[in-house]
Amino acid sequence: MSRLAVEAQGLSKKFGPFLAVDHVSLSISYGSIFGFLGANGAGKSTTIRMLCGLLRPSAGWARVADYDVLTEADRIKKVIGYMSQRFSLYQDLTVQENLEFFGRVYGLNGSKLKSRITQVKELVGLQGLENKLTGKMPSGWKQKLALSCAILHEPEVIFLDEPTGGVDPISRRNFWELIYKMSEEGRAVLVTTHYLDEAEYCHELSLIHAGRIIASGGPREMKKNYFPGNLLELACSKPLKIYEKLKTWPEVQGVSLFGTRLHVLVEKEGLQKFKQRLESLGLEFSLRLINPTLEDVFIHQLEKEAEKDKANGHS
Amino acid sequence: MGTVRIKPVIQKELLHIRRDPLSLVLLLVLPVFILVLYGYALNFDVKHLSLAVVDLDNSQSSRELVARLTSGEYFDLKYRPEKVSDLDELFDHEKIKIALVLPENFGRDLVSGRGPAVQILLDGTNPTPAQTGLGYLSNILMQYSTNLNLELLNRFGLNKITMPFAVRTRVWYNPELKSSKFLVPGLMAFVLMVIIVLATSLTIVREIEKKTMDQLLLSPLTPAELVVGKIIPYLGLSLIGAVVVLLAGWLLFGVAVKGNYLLLLLVVVIFLFCGLSQGLLISTVASSQLVAFLLSGISTLLPTFILSGFVFPIRNMPPVIQGISGIIPARYFLVCLRAIILKGVGLKAFYREMIFMTAYGLVITFLSLAKLKKSFFR
Repeated sequence: MSRLAVEAQGLSKKFGPFLAVDHVSLSISYGSIFGFLGANGAGKSTTIRMLCGLLRPSAGWARVADYDVLTEADRIKKVIGYMSQRFSLYQDLTVQENLEFFGRVYGLNGSKLKSRITQVKELVGLQGLENKLTGKMPSGWKQKLALSCAILHEPEVIFLDEPTGGVDPISRRNFWELIYKMSEEGRAVLVTTHYLDEAEYCHELSLIHAGRIIASGGPREMKKNYFPGNLLELACSKPLKIYEKLKTWPEVQGVSLFGTRLHVLVEKEGLQKFKQRLESLGLEFSLRLINPTLEDVFIHQLEKEAEKDKANGHS
Repeated sequence: MGTVRIKPVIQKELLHIRRDPLSLVLLLVLPVFILVLYGYALNFDVKHLSLAVVDLDNSQSSRELVARLTSGEYFDLKYRPEKVSDLDELFDHEKIKIALVLPENFGRDLVSGRGPAVQILLDGTNPTPAQTGLGYLSNILMQYSTNLNLELLNRFGLNKITMPFAVRTRVWYNPELKSSKFLVPGLMAFVLMVIIVLATSLTIVREIEKKTMDQLLLSPLTPAELVVGKIIPYLGLSLIGAVVVLLAGWLLFGVAVKGNYLLLLLVVVIFLFCGLSQGLLISTVASSQLVAFLLSGISTLLPTFILSGFVFPIRNMPPVIQGISGIIPARYFLVCLRAIILKGVGLKAFYREMIFMTAYGLVITFLSLAKLKKSFFR
């Protein structure tokens, strides 16, 4: 197994009485893309800030590129690249000036700086835009520039905090190609995202909710491990009427409408019974077993968490 | 702290300034503008006072006396009303500040040695020009009266008569007693302080507001490198601003530098450093650019205007206020500046002030560094 780029155990952060991050453990190996998923305020950014050495953890430990976040934050800053969800480059500087500034701050100079800037511009596709004022560019280009500035110094570990927020679909696709390229070069990439289709591109995933990781694994594993029962797609006439009926059946764990069809989650043991009941209704239908999407998995997990919270609240 | 990373910060700051012409105007043009505005408006010289004379006598002597009054540049004879009661209206409408009434038979009484009385009336609303004007007028009248006496004695053949002793006055440093010579150095301190604090107070809070600080925090840049990198370009620019102000003071107000230029440069740099550090501290404390703007206004405008000895003498203030003025760098800068520009004296006269200013700048810089370090690693 390859060396770990990021390793965290029991990482926690308290802001006053509020537990923002609650015993988060994760590991990312070099050359892999790690997807960090969760709603706003779930604790993603706080975790990243701790991993970057910006925020002192209240408990737990973490190592990034073999440096301890508590004692070697200075060294960590030199080997990581970070791109934030909010565009944070200088809008009144040109593309080239931003690149030169950040390159120099990371200690690049002279011909090395020049060649790296040319390389990165080529990789990202920013050639010919050198003299554009950053503030006047569309957001897709800004994100590319932000990524460029974050990878100029060839960091071993790259943190991308919602890099594709507010970017059009084509730019998003291009962006992910870049992320793949970087992981192929052996860099570890941690990316947070709102888009669950993007989560499918990651090698490893963790879902964080209220500061705690509630599910983790590869996309395929996740669907297998965190999704009980069978997901069925049901096509029939009068779906709305059937929808109401299905909800009352004991073996049905969940029903949702997808266009004119229904997605029905049925207990593993109850599949036979479900089919019989459906046939007894005497209507025309077609039924097929489908793979759950990550969205199905996460919705299911989050619903489970909500139920738990409710139960705790009442007890 | 590596110089390697300070240089890019300096270059970046210069680019910001270049892209934002307003900040250049603020640093280079505004100081001169304020200097001109205040330099001409803040004038304590009392000259060309509007004068009215009611000459009820209209004799040769009375006309001669009036001619004496108006020969200098102190009084402008604006009105010659017929009656004393006409003066009321002139005073009421601020048409005159001072009036002289020569009684009937003034000339005749004078010749016959009956010692006529002349009356001076003046508007005491603003005591300073009133007192000064009264002084000038009494002086001229006294001199005239003395001369008349001497003339009289001479006529009786006492040619060699003189006063028991003579008074020879020599005014040092500012022989014409022009208030601009006193005010312009103070004005320089005031203008430079306000501008520099304002300009630097926005630099860090702007990075926080525009989120660019996030990226800097995550880079290997240290707080010290950031602060030094930000101070240097502003120091350079404000130094140019200071030279422009000095030039303007010389060209417009005739305030030439008597002392050593290198010493002046050193004092100015130290003072600018005080202002820069104060601006930086505000920038690290303020939550937004607006707050920074207000804080720099409050912390510079009134203190440097009122408590620095710019206009109001510090020794006349109550002890508590004097104590407060002790922490205003402009107060010390003013002592140095007046010493170099007006008196042309050396380091010995104001080295204590220089030490204080240096200490002030260093302490404030360290405070802002400490504050910044907190945000770099919480």
